[in-house]
Amino acid sequence: MSGSSNLVTMKKVVQQLRFEASINRVKVSQAAADLQQFCIQNALQDPLLTGVSSSTNPFRPQKVCSFL
Amino acid sequence: MRSPPIPEMATQEVQLNETLAHLKTESETLKSKLEEERAKLHDVELHQVAEKVEGLGQFVMKTRRTLKGHGNKVLCMDWCKDKRRIVSSSQDGKVIVWDAFTTNKEHAVTMPCTWVMACAYAPSGCAVACGGLDNKCSVYPLSLDKNENLAAKKKSVAMHTNYLSACSFTNSDMQILTSSGDGTCALWDVESGQLLQSFHGHAADVLCLDLAPSETGNTFVSGGCDKKANVWDMRSGQCIQSFETHESDINSVRYYPSGDAFASGSDDATCRLYDLRADREVAIYSKESIIFGVSSVDFSLSGRLLFGGYNDYTINVWDVLKGTRVSILFGHENRVSTLRVSPDGTAFCTGSWDHTLRIWA
Repeated sequence: MSGSSNLVTMKKVVQQLRFEASINRVKVSQAAADLQQFCIQNALQDPLLTGVSSSTNPFRPQKVCSFL
Repeated sequence: MRSPPIPEMATQEVQLNETLAHLKTESETLKSKLEEERAKLHDVELHQVAEKVEGLGQFVMKTRRTLKGHGNKVLCMDWCKDKRRIVSSSQDGKVIVWDAFTTNKEHAVTMPCTWVMACAYAPSGCAVACGGLDNKCSVYPLSLDKNENLAAKKKSVAMHTNYLSACSFTNSDMQILTSSGDGTCALWDVESGQLLQSFHGHAADVLCLDLAPSETGNTFVSGGCDKKANVWDMRSGQCIQSFETHESDINSVRYYPSGDAFASGSDDATCRLYDLRADREVAIYSKESIIFGVSSVDFSLSGRLLFGGYNDYTINVWDVLKGTRVSILFGHENRVSTLRVSPDGTAFCTGSWDHTLRIWA
Protein backbone atom coordinates (compact mmCIF):
# COMPACT_ATOMS: atom_id res chain seq x y z
CA MET A 1 0.00 0.00 0.00
CA SER A 2 1.58 3.28 -1.05
CA GLY A 3 0.31 4.89 2.18
CA SER A 4 2.54 2.78 4.39
CA SER A 5 5.67 3.30 2.27
CA ASN A 6 5.03 7.07 2.43
CA LEU A 7 4.90 6.63 6.18
CA VAL A 8 8.24 4.83 6.26
CA THR A 9 9.82 7.56 4.14
CA MET A 10 8.36 10.35 6.29
CA LYS A 11 9.57 8.64 9.47
CA LYS A 12 13.09 8.53 8.02
CA VAL A 13 12.90 12.22 7.03
CA VAL A 14 11.77 13.23 10.53
CA GLN A 15 14.44 11.04 12.15
CA GLN A 16 17.13 12.64 9.99
CA LEU A 17 15.85 16.16 10.76
CA ARG A 18 15.77 15.43 14.50
CA PHE A 19 19.39 14.28 14.27
CA GLU A 20 20.50 17.34 12.28
CA ALA A 21 18.65 19.72 14.63
CA SER A 22 20.45 18.27 17.64
CA ILE A 23 24.07 18.83 16.57
CA ASN A 24 26.24 21.37 18.38
CA ARG A 25 27.07 24.49 16.45
CA VAL A 26 29.50 27.35 16.98
CA LYS A 27 29.04 31.00 16.12
CA VAL A 28 30.19 32.11 12.68
CA SER A 29 32.54 34.64 14.32
CA GLN A 30 34.33 31.78 16.08
CA ALA A 31 34.36 29.50 13.01
CA ALA A 32 35.57 32.34 10.75
CA ALA A 33 38.34 33.27 13.20
CA ASP A 34 39.56 29.66 13.15
CA LEU A 35 39.54 29.48 9.34
CA GLN A 36 41.51 32.72 9.21
CA GLN A 37 43.96 31.49 11.84
CA PHE A 38 44.64 28.33 9.82
CA CYS A 39 45.33 30.39 6.66
CA ILE A 40 47.74 32.68 8.45
CA GLN A 41 49.58 29.89 10.24
CA ASN A 42 50.14 28.01 6.99
CA ALA A 43 50.66 30.92 4.61
CA LEU A 44 54.43 30.63 4.44
CA GLN A 45 54.23 26.94 3.52
CA ASP A 46 51.87 27.64 0.61
CA PRO A 47 53.97 27.81 -2.59
CA LEU A 48 51.15 29.06 -4.82
CA LEU A 49 50.41 31.84 -2.32
CA THR A 50 53.94 33.02 -1.65
CA GLY A 51 55.13 32.52 -5.21
CA VAL A 52 58.05 30.19 -4.54
CA SER A 53 61.05 31.05 -6.63
CA SER A 54 62.00 29.13 -9.74
CA SER A 55 64.89 27.41 -8.04
CA THR A 56 62.60 25.50 -5.69
CA ASN A 57 59.47 25.01 -7.79
CA PRO A 58 60.00 22.07 -10.14
CA PHE A 59 57.41 23.39 -12.57
CA ARG A 60 58.52 26.97 -12.83
CA PRO A 61 61.82 26.85 -14.64
CA GLN A 62 61.24 26.42 -18.33
CA LYS A 63 63.59 23.87 -19.81
CA VAL A 64 66.26 25.64 -21.70
CA CYS A 65 68.55 23.73 -24.03
CA SER A 66 71.36 25.59 -25.60
CA PHE A 67 73.54 24.08 -28.26
CA LEU A 68 76.92 25.62 -28.36
CA MET B 1 -7.12 -15.91 5.44
CA ARG B 2 -10.02 -13.65 6.23
CA SER B 3 -9.61 -10.22 4.71
CA PRO B 4 -10.41 -7.40 7.15
CA PRO B 5 -13.97 -6.03 6.95
CA ILE B 6 -14.29 -2.76 5.09
CA PRO B 7 -14.97 -0.50 8.10
CA GLU B 8 -11.71 -1.78 9.75
CA MET B 9 -9.73 -0.93 6.63
CA ALA B 10 -11.25 2.55 6.57
CA THR B 11 -10.15 3.11 10.18
CA GLN B 12 -6.63 1.95 9.37
CA GLU B 13 -6.56 4.31 6.40
CA VAL B 14 -7.64 7.24 8.57
CA GLN B 15 -5.03 6.42 11.21
CA LEU B 16 -2.34 6.22 8.54
CA ASN B 17 -3.27 9.61 7.12
CA GLU B 18 -3.34 11.16 10.59
CA THR B 19 0.12 9.81 11.40
CA LEU B 20 1.40 11.02 8.03
CA ALA B 21 -0.03 14.49 8.64
CA HIS B 22 1.54 14.47 12.13
CA LEU B 23 4.93 13.59 10.69
CA LYS B 24 4.62 16.25 7.98
CA THR B 25 3.94 18.90 10.62
CA GLU B 26 6.84 17.68 12.72
CA SER B 27 9.18 17.80 9.72
CA GLU B 28 8.11 21.38 8.92
CA THR B 29 8.66 22.37 12.57
CA LEU B 30 12.08 20.73 12.62
CA LYS B 31 13.10 22.45 9.37
CA SER B 32 12.16 25.88 10.79
CA LYS B 33 13.95 25.05 14.03
CA LEU B 34 17.09 24.13 12.06
CA GLU B 35 16.98 27.42 10.16
CA GLU B 36 16.41 29.32 13.40
CA GLU B 37 19.34 27.63 15.16
CA ARG B 38 21.64 28.25 12.21
CA ALA B 39 20.53 31.90 11.97
CA LYS B 40 21.12 32.55 15.70
CA LEU B 41 24.83 31.85 15.27
CA HIS B 42 25.13 34.00 12.16
CA ASP B 43 26.62 36.95 14.00
CA VAL B 44 29.10 38.08 11.36
CA GLU B 45 30.28 37.44 7.79
CA LEU B 46 33.62 35.75 7.04
CA HIS B 47 34.88 38.69 4.98
CA GLN B 48 34.13 41.05 7.89
CA VAL B 49 36.25 38.94 10.24
CA ALA B 50 38.95 39.00 7.56
CA GLU B 51 38.98 42.79 7.13
CA LYS B 52 42.15 43.15 9.16
CA VAL B 53 44.02 40.48 7.19
CA GLU B 54 46.55 41.76 4.69
CA GLY B 55 45.30 41.75 1.12
CA LEU B 56 46.93 39.57 -1.50
CA GLY B 57 49.20 41.08 -4.12
CA GLN B 58 49.33 40.40 -7.83
CA PHE B 59 49.60 36.80 -8.85
CA VAL B 60 51.68 35.61 -11.74
CA MET B 61 50.48 32.17 -12.64
CA LYS B 62 51.08 30.75 -16.07
CA THR B 63 50.80 27.51 -17.94
CA ARG B 64 54.10 25.75 -17.31
CA ARG B 65 53.36 22.47 -19.08
CA THR B 66 50.76 21.36 -21.61
CA LEU B 67 49.95 17.66 -21.75
CA LYS B 68 48.77 16.67 -25.21
CA GLY B 69 47.68 13.20 -26.19
CA HIS B 70 44.01 12.72 -25.47
CA GLY B 71 41.86 12.43 -28.58
CA ASN B 72 38.79 13.97 -27.00
CA LYS B 73 37.49 15.95 -23.99
CA VAL B 74 39.47 15.47 -20.79
CA LEU B 75 36.93 14.76 -18.05
CA CYS B 76 38.92 14.02 -14.92
CA MET B 77 42.42 13.98 -13.48
CA ASP B 78 44.22 13.15 -10.25
CA TRP B 79 47.74 13.61 -8.89
CA CYS B 80 49.95 10.84 -7.62
CA LYS B 81 51.36 11.32 -4.11
CA ASP B 82 54.83 11.58 -5.69
CA LYS B 83 53.78 15.11 -6.80
CA ARG B 84 54.82 14.54 -10.40
CA ARG B 85 52.64 11.86 -11.92
CA ILE B 86 49.10 12.46 -13.09
CA VAL B 87 46.30 10.20 -14.29
CA SER B 88 43.69 11.62 -16.65
CA SER B 89 40.60 10.21 -18.35
CA SER B 90 38.72 11.25 -21.43
CA GLN B 91 35.48 11.02 -23.40
CA ASP B 92 37.16 8.74 -25.95
CA GLY B 93 37.64 6.03 -23.32
CA LYS B 94 41.37 6.56 -22.81
CA VAL B 95 43.05 6.74 -19.41
CA ILE B 96 46.62 8.10 -19.49
CA VAL B 97 49.30 8.30 -16.81
CA TRP B 98 51.73 11.20 -17.36
CA ASP B 99 54.97 12.40 -15.84
CA ALA B 100 54.04 16.07 -15.42
CA PHE B 101 57.67 17.23 -15.17
CA THR B 102 58.68 15.82 -18.57
CA THR B 103 55.15 15.63 -20.13
CA ASN B 104 55.91 12.03 -21.14
CA LYS B 105 53.12 9.47 -21.21
CA GLU B 106 53.99 6.52 -19.02
CA HIS B 107 50.93 4.32 -19.40
CA ALA B 108 47.77 4.29 -21.46
CA VAL B 109 44.66 2.14 -21.16
CA THR B 110 41.61 2.02 -23.37
CA MET B 111 38.43 1.47 -21.41
CA PRO B 112 35.57 -0.54 -22.91
CA CYS B 113 33.30 2.50 -22.58
CA THR B 114 33.32 6.14 -23.60
CA TRP B 115 32.97 9.07 -21.16
CA VAL B 116 35.38 7.97 -18.48
CA MET B 117 34.17 10.59 -16.02
CA ALA B 118 36.16 9.52 -13.03
CA CYS B 119 39.74 8.53 -12.33
CA ALA B 120 41.93 8.40 -9.25
CA TYR B 121 45.49 7.52 -8.30
CA ALA B 122 46.06 4.97 -5.54
CA PRO B 123 47.95 6.28 -2.49
CA SER B 124 50.80 3.84 -3.16
CA GLY B 125 51.17 5.14 -6.72
CA CYS B 126 50.94 1.56 -7.94
CA ALA B 127 47.43 1.59 -9.38
CA VAL B 128 44.74 3.80 -10.84
CA ALA B 129 40.96 3.53 -10.66
CA CYS B 130 38.52 4.75 -13.30
CA GLY B 131 34.99 4.44 -14.61
CA GLY B 132 32.12 6.24 -16.26
CA LEU B 133 29.32 5.15 -18.57
CA ASP B 134 30.11 1.51 -17.83
CA ASN B 135 28.56 2.12 -14.35
CA LYS B 136 31.62 0.52 -12.80
CA CYS B 137 34.83 1.52 -11.08
CA SER B 138 37.79 -0.63 -12.15
CA VAL B 139 41.29 -0.72 -10.72
CA TYR B 140 44.37 -1.16 -12.97
CA PRO B 141 47.67 -2.04 -11.28
CA LEU B 142 50.43 -0.03 -12.96
CA SER B 143 53.19 -2.16 -14.34
CA LEU B 144 56.83 -1.17 -14.43
CA ASP B 145 57.00 -2.89 -17.80
CA LYS B 146 55.75 -0.30 -20.26
CA ASN B 147 54.98 -2.96 -22.83
CA GLU B 148 52.65 -4.92 -20.58
CA ASN B 149 48.97 -4.73 -21.42
CA LEU B 150 47.41 -3.00 -18.42
CA ALA B 151 43.91 -4.03 -19.43
CA ALA B 152 44.77 -7.68 -18.76
CA LYS B 153 45.15 -7.08 -15.01
CA LYS B 154 41.99 -4.99 -14.68
CA LYS B 155 39.91 -5.55 -11.57
CA SER B 156 36.23 -4.60 -11.45
CA VAL B 157 35.46 -3.19 -8.02
CA ALA B 158 32.29 -1.10 -7.91
CA MET B 159 28.94 -1.68 -9.59
CA HIS B 160 26.33 1.04 -9.73
CA THR B 161 23.05 1.16 -11.62
CA ASN B 162 23.97 4.35 -13.44
CA TYR B 163 27.13 6.20 -14.51
CA LEU B 164 30.13 6.56 -12.21
CA SER B 165 30.68 10.29 -11.59
CA ALA B 166 33.61 10.25 -9.16
CA CYS B 167 35.89 7.86 -7.31
CA SER B 168 38.59 8.16 -4.68
CA PHE B 169 40.80 5.73 -2.78
CA THR B 170 40.56 6.16 0.97
CA ASN B 171 43.77 6.22 3.03
CA SER B 172 45.03 3.02 1.45
CA ASP B 173 44.86 1.07 -1.80
CA MET B 174 42.33 -1.27 -0.15
CA GLN B 175 39.15 0.79 -0.28
CA ILE B 176 37.45 2.99 -2.86
CA LEU B 177 34.66 5.48 -2.43
CA THR B 178 32.39 6.09 -5.43
CA SER B 179 29.54 8.39 -6.40
CA SER B 180 27.03 7.73 -9.14
CA GLY B 181 24.24 8.97 -11.35
CA ASP B 182 22.10 6.44 -9.51
CA GLY B 183 21.91 8.91 -6.58
CA THR B 184 24.10 6.98 -4.17
CA CYS B 185 27.67 6.88 -2.92
CA ALA B 186 29.34 3.63 -1.91
CA LEU B 187 32.43 2.32 -0.16
CA TRP B 188 34.04 -0.84 -1.63
CA ASP B 189 36.74 -3.31 -0.68
CA VAL B 190 39.13 -3.41 -3.64
CA GLU B 191 40.38 -6.96 -3.18
CA SER B 192 36.98 -8.67 -2.95
CA GLY B 193 34.80 -6.10 -4.73
CA GLN B 194 32.50 -6.26 -1.73
CA LEU B 195 30.19 -3.34 -0.90
CA LEU B 196 31.16 -2.17 2.58
CA GLN B 197 28.71 0.71 3.02
CA SER B 198 26.22 2.59 0.91
CA PHE B 199 25.11 6.18 1.33
CA HIS B 200 21.54 7.11 0.50
CA GLY B 201 20.07 10.59 0.81
CA HIS B 202 20.60 12.48 -2.41
CA ALA B 203 17.41 12.93 -4.43
CA ALA B 204 19.19 12.91 -7.79
CA ASP B 205 22.56 12.11 -9.46
CA VAL B 206 25.57 12.52 -7.19
CA LEU B 207 28.27 14.32 -9.20
CA CYS B 208 31.25 14.65 -6.87
CA LEU B 209 32.81 13.66 -3.60
CA ASP B 210 35.82 14.46 -1.43
CA LEU B 211 37.27 12.67 1.59
CA ALA B 212 38.02 14.63 4.76
CA PRO B 213 41.74 15.14 5.46
CA SER B 214 42.83 12.04 7.38
CA GLU B 215 43.39 13.90 10.64
CA THR B 216 39.73 14.88 10.90
CA GLY B 217 38.24 11.43 10.84
CA ASN B 218 36.08 9.22 8.74
CA THR B 219 33.80 11.55 6.86
CA PHE B 220 33.34 12.65 3.28
CA VAL B 221 31.27 15.25 1.45
CA SER B 222 29.24 14.71 -1.73
CA GLY B 223 27.44 17.10 -4.07
CA GLY B 224 24.61 16.42 -6.49
CA CYS B 225 22.01 17.47 -9.01
CA ASP B 226 19.59 17.96 -6.12
CA LYS B 227 21.65 21.12 -5.26
CA LYS B 228 22.61 19.54 -1.95
CA ALA B 229 25.99 18.97 -0.38
CA ASN B 230 25.89 16.14 2.17
CA VAL B 231 28.48 15.22 4.77
CA TRP B 232 28.54 11.49 5.63
CA ASP B 233 29.88 9.26 8.38
CA MET B 234 31.77 6.54 6.50
CA ARG B 235 31.29 3.88 9.14
CA SER B 236 27.57 4.22 9.83
CA GLY B 237 26.44 5.40 6.40
CA GLN B 238 24.52 8.24 8.04
CA CYS B 239 24.24 11.73 6.59
CA ILE B 240 25.43 13.97 9.42
CA GLN B 241 25.02 17.40 7.84
CA SER B 242 23.29 18.70 4.74
CA PHE B 243 23.56 22.05 2.97
CA GLU B 244 21.17 23.35 0.34
CA THR B 245 21.96 26.90 -0.74
CA HIS B 246 23.15 26.45 -4.32
CA GLU B 247 20.66 27.19 -7.08
CA SER B 248 21.76 24.45 -9.43
CA ASP B 249 23.78 21.22 -9.73
CA ILE B 250 26.88 20.99 -7.55
CA ASN B 251 29.70 19.79 -9.81
CA SER B 252 32.58 19.79 -7.36
CA VAL B 253 33.21 19.68 -3.61
CA ARG B 254 36.56 20.00 -1.84
CA TYR B 255 37.51 20.09 1.85
CA TYR B 256 39.33 23.09 3.27
CA PRO B 257 42.80 21.83 4.36
CA SER B 258 41.94 21.99 8.09
CA GLY B 259 38.90 19.77 7.52
CA ASP B 260 36.58 22.28 9.24
CA ALA B 261 34.96 23.51 6.04
CA PHE B 262 34.46 22.64 2.40
CA ALA B 263 34.01 24.53 -0.88
CA SER B 264 31.61 23.73 -3.68
CA GLY B 265 31.33 24.74 -7.33
CA SER B 266 28.01 24.80 -9.15
CA ASP B 267 26.22 25.34 -12.44
CA ASP B 268 24.76 28.46 -10.76
CA ALA B 269 28.17 30.13 -11.52
CA THR B 270 29.13 30.44 -7.86
CA CYS B 271 31.57 28.76 -5.51
CA ARG B 272 30.54 28.63 -1.86
CA LEU B 273 32.25 27.89 1.42
CA TYR B 274 30.42 25.92 4.11
CA ASP B 275 31.77 25.77 7.65
CA LEU B 276 31.04 22.42 9.33
CA ARG B 277 31.20 23.65 12.93
CA ALA B 278 28.92 26.66 12.28
CA ASP B 279 26.79 24.34 10.16
CA ARG B 280 26.14 26.96 7.45
CA GLU B 281 27.33 28.64 4.30
CA VAL B 282 29.87 31.33 5.27
CA ALA B 283 30.95 32.76 1.91
CA ILE B 284 29.86 33.03 -1.73
CA TYR B 285 32.46 33.57 -4.46
CA SER B 286 30.68 35.19 -7.39
CA LYS B 287 30.65 38.17 -9.73
CA GLU B 288 27.91 39.53 -11.95
CA SER B 289 30.23 39.09 -14.92
CA ILE B 290 30.67 35.38 -14.21
CA ILE B 291 27.67 33.59 -15.68
CA PHE B 292 29.03 30.19 -16.63
CA GLY B 293 29.03 27.17 -14.35
CA VAL B 294 31.93 26.03 -12.20
CA SER B 295 33.06 22.51 -12.98
CA SER B 296 35.77 22.00 -10.36
CA VAL B 297 37.33 23.64 -7.30
CA ASP B 298 40.40 23.15 -5.14
CA PHE B 299 42.26 25.00 -2.38
CA SER B 300 45.90 26.04 -2.21
CA LEU B 301 47.83 24.42 0.67
CA SER B 302 47.02 27.06 3.31
CA GLY B 303 43.38 27.35 2.22
CA ARG B 304 43.80 31.04 1.44
CA LEU B 305 43.27 30.61 -2.32
CA LEU B 306 40.37 28.83 -4.02
CA PHE B 307 40.86 27.88 -7.66
CA GLY B 308 37.76 27.38 -9.78
CA GLY B 309 37.62 25.90 -13.28
CA TYR B 310 34.73 27.33 -15.30
CA ASN B 311 32.67 26.44 -18.37
CA ASP B 312 33.70 29.75 -19.98
CA TYR B 313 37.22 28.27 -20.41
CA THR B 314 38.77 30.33 -17.57
CA ILE B 315 40.14 29.71 -14.11
CA ASN B 316 39.17 32.21 -11.42
CA VAL B 317 41.35 32.48 -8.33
CA TRP B 318 39.54 33.66 -5.17
CA ASP B 319 40.76 35.04 -1.85
CA VAL B 320 38.89 32.63 0.42
CA LEU B 321 38.85 34.98 3.44
CA LYS B 322 38.00 38.26 1.75
CA GLY B 323 35.65 36.82 -0.86
CA THR B 324 37.26 38.71 -3.74
CA ARG B 325 38.71 37.44 -7.00
CA VAL B 326 42.49 37.85 -7.14
CA SER B 327 43.20 36.55 -10.60
CA ILE B 328 41.66 35.20 -13.80
CA LEU B 329 43.66 32.77 -15.91
CA PHE B 330 43.26 32.15 -19.63
CA GLY B 331 44.68 29.43 -21.80
CA HIS B 332 42.24 26.62 -22.38
CA GLU B 333 40.27 26.67 -25.60
CA ASN B 334 37.19 24.99 -24.21
CA ARG B 335 35.53 24.24 -20.86
CA VAL B 336 37.75 23.50 -17.90
CA SER B 337 36.34 20.22 -16.65
CA THR B 338 38.67 19.23 -13.83
CA LEU B 339 41.16 20.96 -11.52
CA ARG B 340 43.45 19.68 -8.73
CA VAL B 341 46.26 21.28 -6.76
CA SER B 342 49.38 19.10 -6.51
CA PRO B 343 50.02 17.25 -3.21
CA ASP B 344 52.83 19.63 -2.21
CA GLY B 345 50.96 22.72 -3.41
CA THR B 346 53.60 23.83 -5.91
CA ALA B 347 51.25 23.78 -8.90
CA PHE B 348 47.75 22.91 -10.01
CA CYS B 349 46.59 20.95 -13.02
CA THR B 350 43.52 21.54 -15.16
CA GLY B 351 41.89 19.29 -17.73
CA SER B 352 39.68 20.63 -20.50
CA TRP B 353 37.25 19.79 -23.27
CA ASP B 354 40.00 21.17 -25.55
CA HIS B 355 41.67 17.69 -25.13
CA THR B 356 44.62 19.00 -23.14
CA LEU B 357 45.79 19.23 -19.56
CA ARG B 358 47.75 22.21 -18.30
CA ILE B 359 50.03 22.59 -15.29
CA TRP B 360 49.95 26.08 -13.76
CA ALA B 361 52.40 27.61 -11.30
